[in-house]
Amino acid sequence: MAYSEEVLDHYENPRNVGKMDEGDSHVGTGMVGAPACGDVMRLQIKVSDEGVIEDAKFKTYGCGSAIASSSLVTEWVKGMTLDEASALKNTQISEELALPPVKIHCSVLAEDAIKAAIEDYRKKQG
Amino acid sequence: MDTAQDYFSLFDLTPGFDVDLERLSNRYRALQREVHPDRFAHAGEAEQLQAVQRTAHLNDALATLKSPLKRAVYLLHLQGVELGPESSRAMDPSFLMEQMELREGLEAVRAAVDPEDALASLERRVKADWDQLVREFKERLEQGALDGAADSVRKMQFLDKMHQEIERLEDQLMDD
Repeated sequence: MAYSEEVLDHYENPRNVGKMDEGDSHVGTGMVGAPACGDVMRLQIKVSDEGVIEDAKFKTYGCGSAIASSSLVTEWVKGMTLDEASALKNTQISEELALPPVKIHCSVLAEDAIKAAIEDYRKKQG
Repeated sequence: MDTAQDYFSLFDLTPGFDVDLERLSNRYRALQREVHPDRFAHAGEAEQLQAVQRTAHLNDALATLKSPLKRAVYLLHLQGVELGPESSRAMDPSFLMEQMELREGLEAVRAAVDPEDALASLERRVKADWDQLVREFKERLEQGALDGAADSVRKMQFLDKMHQEIERLEDQLMDD
């Protein structure tokens, strides 16, 4: 299958790969997985006291589309408020990366990951 | 051969996770001879087409029952449970965390003092986890706890992928 230029770029030069301290009260961690392909994705955000995402990191074990989707999301959410980031839709990701229909689920995974990270952060804040 | 039969009946096997693989392959060979398109080379077009379709069905059936993961998915299918291509936020985060650790462990193998040893120990851990999930799956299926059984299979899919990655790295280490 041919990957789009956008996917290849994020795959070859993934942005924001890494790990943050899960114990940090400013950090939210989202762990998601796609059983059908066995992909696992961890997406973390660091949130300021004003509720703005200051930094984002990810680690994805999966196909090129899954890596590109999570890389793109970490780029996008930096500087967003939590509400803005919650409103991200997988269709925006799949359109930006020009994902073929069989790879749409990779963008869903990335949307789920950012939602899970936000949820985790909010739970921590109580 | 009746293509409407389920795969277990096709091979005269008792439906279940434990399959007599020798019996499976013997029965496969017998059926394959029966339906092989070569035998219908001089038959009418309809019969030739049927032979091709039956052979394809037979090969699907074999591939499904031979692979433990596909067999488990198929057993669920027979119970009316279909595993979709869903992404699962609903999956147990601690399980996903473990999968992440396993993958990170795999990534660190090459840098280990003894890569082959590091890989072998990872393989043992994956095998133990897999066996545990299989036990859990069989138990739940027997009890008719289908949601639980489906959950076990979803987890098995992650370990199956991990196992493939281990094998790939094994090959690469041998080639180095």
